[in-house]
Parts: sequence; structure tokens; C-alpha cells
Amino acid sequence: MTSALTPGVPKVGSWQDATVLDIRTETARVKTFRLALARPGAHMAGQHYLVRLTAPDGYTAQRSYSVASPPSDTGEIELTIERLPDGEVSTFLHDETNVGDTIEVRGPIGGWFVWNGHGPALLVGGGSGVVPLMAMLRLARARSNQQVAHLVVSVRTPDDLIYADEVQGPDTTVVYTRETAPGSARAAGRLTRDDLAPRVRADATTFVCGSSRFAEAASDLLIEAGVPVDSIRIERFGPTG
Amino acid sequence: MSRFTRGFMGRSANRDPRLPPGQYDTGRSWPVLTAEVTPKLDLATWSFRVEGLVERPSSWTWDEIHALTPGTYEGDIHCVTTWSKLAMTFAGVSVDTLLEVASPLPAATHVMAFSHTGYTTNLPLDDVTGGKAWVAWDVDGQPLPRDHGGPARLLVPHLYFWKSAKWVAGLRLLDQDEPGFWEVRGYHDRGDPWLEQRYQGD
Repeated sequence: MTSALTPGVPKVGSWQDATVLDIRTETARVKTFRLALARPGAHMAGQHYLVRLTAPDGYTAQRSYSVASPPSDTGEIELTIERLPDGEVSTFLHDETNVGDTIEVRGPIGGWFVWNGHGPALLVGGGSGVVPLMAMLRLARARSNQQVAHLVVSVRTPDDLIYADEVQGPDTTVVYTRETAPGSARAAGRLTRDDLAPRVRADATTFVCGSSRFAEAASDLLIEAGVPVDSIRIERFGPTG
Repeated sequence: MSRFTRGFMGRSANRDPRLPPGQYDTGRSWPVLTAEVTPKLDLATWSFRVEGLVERPSSWTWDEIHALTPGTYEGDIHCVTTWSKLAMTFAGVSVDTLLEVASPLPAATHVMAFSHTGYTTNLPLDDVTGGKAWVAWDVDGQPLPRDHGGPARLLVPHLYFWKSAKWVAGLRLLDQDEPGFWEVRGYHDRGDPWLEQRYQGD
């Protein structure tokens, strides 16, 4: 693995308060939480924050969530969070948290699955794996008119597509596995090499994010399509409830 | 000290005492969290090396390492991403057995574990000796799956699991601590889950 592309990583800060500024519904199971940090720190596209909940008896639960917003100096971040039916933290955030509430966060974390906006990037996401890739796509769009980044996202149905109003245009490809959008030229079906091959560039860094099964399948397809194994960076989503 | 989260009651009742602070029981599932493409390693050319500050730099083939005295671990594992998996059984060989052959020099204080993929992670020598670490190739009676580090991974279950390098290729003995792949990127040099040593400075 090469580390030449990894920029300097700020130290992981200590826990801090974050105020919920806005809660946006993305899909039936996914919401985006806009947070104001008490102690703003810069993050890189691809990094994540921890969220910690504390009960009156001192019991705590914490989970990692990717930052969806691009790097900025506003002191605000957006975390996009899928509600898992048994998820101790995600169900609380979805069902009990309101604008104005305070939660504890820590970050930013992660220095491998990051992109600084320079050099071409191929972004391949499955389901909610699109979240850290969206931070990268938003960074690319803010920085440049050229198509420096291309996002390929795989979702089951149109209703499952997060950021649907932004995942449009020549720098995006949407693959529907079960049910396509009206007028879609591609039949429903799993991601194939043909979906990826037109997007492969020899000089790109490739970021893959999704379930472990998706990450395995996508990385195999990318290698078949000629992507060097060393240029692939993977973030596998475990059951982070 | 955490501040209370309005309305959060948590699941502290009946919490399993085997869970370190901030961890939850992942149950039957075993999450895969790897930053690299899962390699396909050929057992015919697989090897494990012990090198660096040792009297006898040593290397074992797949057959040779299996001929050593078997070692097993029964217990729990803890991932820094906050899941723990309880009551697992791993089989392989104790790192003690490998170090007996290679014989560390007195100056050796740390090890760098390295993988066939290029992944590295650093550990104090004391954390891989004294019955605390293994090279493991079976889990719960089955060959270790590729996505969990098969054919063989390092197993250091008393530390967070990023220290248990998947697809392990060897140990390099050092006279100082040098940060590995994740440690360079802000993760703790030791990683004791009972002390919540998740990130540098914890």
C-alpha cells in the first residue's frame, strides 16, 4: 500500500459538544444531521466522527458516522445516518433527537480513506456507502469545473438513493440492482465490470465504500477492469448500529 | 466524564461483564473492516518470517508452521469500531513458540507485525509474549476465511483488533516503537480496550 497521497492527519480531538442545527430526511431509512461543533476542526473528505450517547447511569454507546459535507471552515458538519432496526445509537438519533439538542462527538478520524481534492478519483459506493464519497464529490464540484471525480453508486431502488437531487449529471453513474428509475437505459441488476470500465483512469485513486460484500465484489470488478490493486482504498461498513 | 444525553436510557441493564467500556456485543455476526483489497494468497508460496533483532532470523512454510506445537485461544475479541465478539475459539501457533526458535536479542523491545499486503502494526514485545499472541489459521473449527485474514492472521486478543494483523507475513523485532499503518494515522500505539486506548493521546 502506498501512502504518498495521504495528507497530514490532524490529531483526533477529545469529546466535544455538538448542537443539532437541522435534520433532513434523505430516504425512508436515512437522515442527515447538521451539527455545529463547539470546537470546530477541519476534516478531510472521507473522514468520520464518533457520536456518543450517555445514559443517566453513566452507560455510554458510541458509533462512527461518515461526514457527508465537504471540508469547510464553517464549524459545521453533516453526518448522514442510516437507521438500523436494532441500532442502539442510530434509532435514538432518528427517533428521539430534535433540532436544538446537544450530542457528544469526537473527530475527525481516519487518515487512509481520504481525498484532498487533487488528482482524479473514482468513487464507488453501495447503499449508504455513498456518504463519505459524497463529501469527496462535493469537494470536487466546489473546487473545479473539470470532472476530477466520478461517482458510481449502487442502490436497490430509486427510493434508496441518498442525495438523489445531487447524484445527477455527467460525473455520476447510478446502478439500480432491483428496480430502475423510469426511463433508465440500464436494466436492474448488480454492478458489473461494464458499469465501471468506462470510468477507469490509470492515474486515479479509487475509493470503495459499502458493505463488506459490496466492497469485495466491487474491488474484484475494478481489478478485472484494470485498476491497480494498490490504488484502491476501501471503507467497509460493519453493522454500526 | 460524559455529559448525559437527553432522553437516552441505554442498554446498561444486563450488560455482559466481558464487554470493555464503550463496546457492544455483535452477537453472531463478525464484521469485516479492512482498508485494502482482500488478497488471494497461495499456500504453496505462503511464508511467515521472524526477523530484525533476533539471533536466528527464521522463516516457516505453511507445512512447517503447522508442524509446530499447536496453540489455541478461547475468548473474546474487541474492535476499535466498538463491536466485540464473545467466546471465540482460534487455533494456530503461539508467538512464543516462534520466538523460541528465533531467539530475540536483549535489545528487542517492540515488534512490527507486517502483512502480505503491506499492512503494518506495532506492538510492545511484552504484548506478544507470555501466552498473549498467536498466528491463527482456524476459527471456531474452520479455516480462517480470507476476509477475516485467512489463510493466517496475527491474533492479539487483549488489544484492539487492528493489532491482530490480517494476512500476516511476519514479525520484525525492533529496539524502539515505530508507528504502523493505522498508528501513523492517529490510532493508539498500544490499544488496550479496557483502558479505551483508541486514538493517540487516549
